[in-house]
Amino acid sequence: MSTLSFRNVWVEYGNQVVLERINLEIASGTFLSIVGPSGAGKSTFLRLILGQERPSQGAVLLDGQPFPAEPGPDRGIVFQRYSVFPHLTVLGNVLLGYELAASPFTARLFGTARKAAVEKSRALIEAVGLGPHCDKYPSALSGGMQQRLAIAQALAKQPRVLLLDEPFGALDPGTRAQMHALIKPLWREHQMTIVMVTHDIKEAFGLATRLIALDRPRKDPQAPERFGARITYDLDLTRDSPVPVLGFIRASVQAAQ
Amino acid sequence: MPRAMNVVPNRGSRLLLALLPFLLIALIYVVGSAQRRADNPEDKLLPPVAEMFSTSKRLATEPDRRSGDYVLWADTAASLQRLALGLGIAAVVGLALGLAIGLLPLAGAGFGTLVAVLSMIPPMAVLPILFIVFGLGELSKVVLIVIGVTPTLVRDLSLEVQSMPREQLIKAQTLGASTWQVAIRVVLPQIMPRLIKCLRLMIGPAFLFLISAEAIASDVGLGYRIFLVRRYLSMDVILPYVAWITLLAFVFDLALVWIGRRAFPWAYDGGAR
Repeated sequence: MSTLSFRNVWVEYGNQVVLERINLEIASGTFLSIVGPSGAGKSTFLRLILGQERPSQGAVLLDGQPFPAEPGPDRGIVFQRYSVFPHLTVLGNVLLGYELAASPFTARLFGTARKAAVEKSRALIEAVGLGPHCDKYPSALSGGMQQRLAIAQALAKQPRVLLLDEPFGALDPGTRAQMHALIKPLWREHQMTIVMVTHDIKEAFGLATRLIALDRPRKDPQAPERFGARITYDLDLTRDSPVPVLGFIRASVQAAQ
Repeated sequence: MPRAMNVVPNRGSRLLLALLPFLLIALIYVVGSAQRRADNPEDKLLPPVAEMFSTSKRLATEPDRRSGDYVLWADTAASLQRLALGLGIAAVVGLALGLAIGLLPLAGAGFGTLVAVLSMIPPMAVLPILFIVFGLGELSKVVLIVIGVTPTLVRDLSLEVQSMPREQLIKAQTLGASTWQVAIRVVLPQIMPRLIKCLRLMIGPAFLFLISAEAIASDVGLGYRIFLVRRYLSMDVILPYVAWITLLAFVFDLALVWIGRRAFPWAYDGGAR
């Protein structure tokens, strides 16, 4: 439960500008979808929040505070793939989060402490519908089940912000629909801020309370990397909001040029 | 008629096909041995199977007249102890260094090149140095195995760590893991199957170093015995010893496979990795 602020954020690699002039306030409890063409800096945007990347200029703030430039337990993530640990069972994967926090040296729990953590883990595993698969290894799970596990694993840390990097991109349409039905109640129940990058426009509109589109509004054909992506659309999708005026930001960008 | 590449033998014929080359080699040996004996009753090059058998039996069941030891078992125990120590130390050092170099960019920058260079030193070339520094006792033989095996383990395991998906390391950090916790709970268990595979491949080189060291300076050991009886052209000792060493190596290989499957079932489930 927390707000994220982007204050005039630029990301550049040498001459290549990836993101430019990103100003954004993400209110606590928002389900934010990010869409945009490939190479528009969606993943970079996510990595900024994750702490994997630093802005070249500007600042990203969590609850008004800067955060360390490395991933931490207040920002959970579910990747498209490789989010779960293949050497741990379903239960072990979720349990790991508790073990890491409670036992700095051995990272293992014993006795009653372990029992309590196992109980909490089982509840989370039940919540994502993996109850009967507690003792299986991820390699025995389908893609959708692995993503469920990854979500349960992230929820164990009760992150302030949950980042989803194309979490359902590799799933078939039926499984994807199931995952949509799963994630929305979890988001409400845990009152998290969720930031989801997706290529699926329907998914982006269907799940989110707010949607931003990243694109490069200015293009120099001689130097395609000269200008970075900006927020070209910013739509409020909550039910009681005024009807979003499509394109009003793009109009202001064009006026500025 | 299907293409040759699509003809798959069933279980029974697979076993038969596997045995066939062995039987063929045995047959060729028996015939060759009989022929040489027929030409020259004093021939030592291809002793008959019965002779090798009686010699092996004597080595295994009768105490040596001079030392009172059961030669085969004394040799085997001495060699296996050296081998186990060498491989064990190499495995521990390889795991620790490989993990550090693979996981920590600082350690990689500091030691990566050093290990790459060290691994190019032919271990046999430094054997004289080992004999000078560590003496002719057990230590120099164990150290030779360690020196021969460790660089390969370190390089392979560090590459294995680096080839792990970045996502996993980031995920672990978002679960609140420290570097140490990532190392022992995420990376270490995942490179253990690779260690098993490496050790399987290193059994051959380890025996090579062991037998070389024993051949040059030792008073007991499988390699020592072979090189000792070579002076008397005792093929009836050498051949059974070679077969015995091969059998031991083969059993170790099987044992490692078994340990790997038992200890790391996730690595073998459906051949995910």
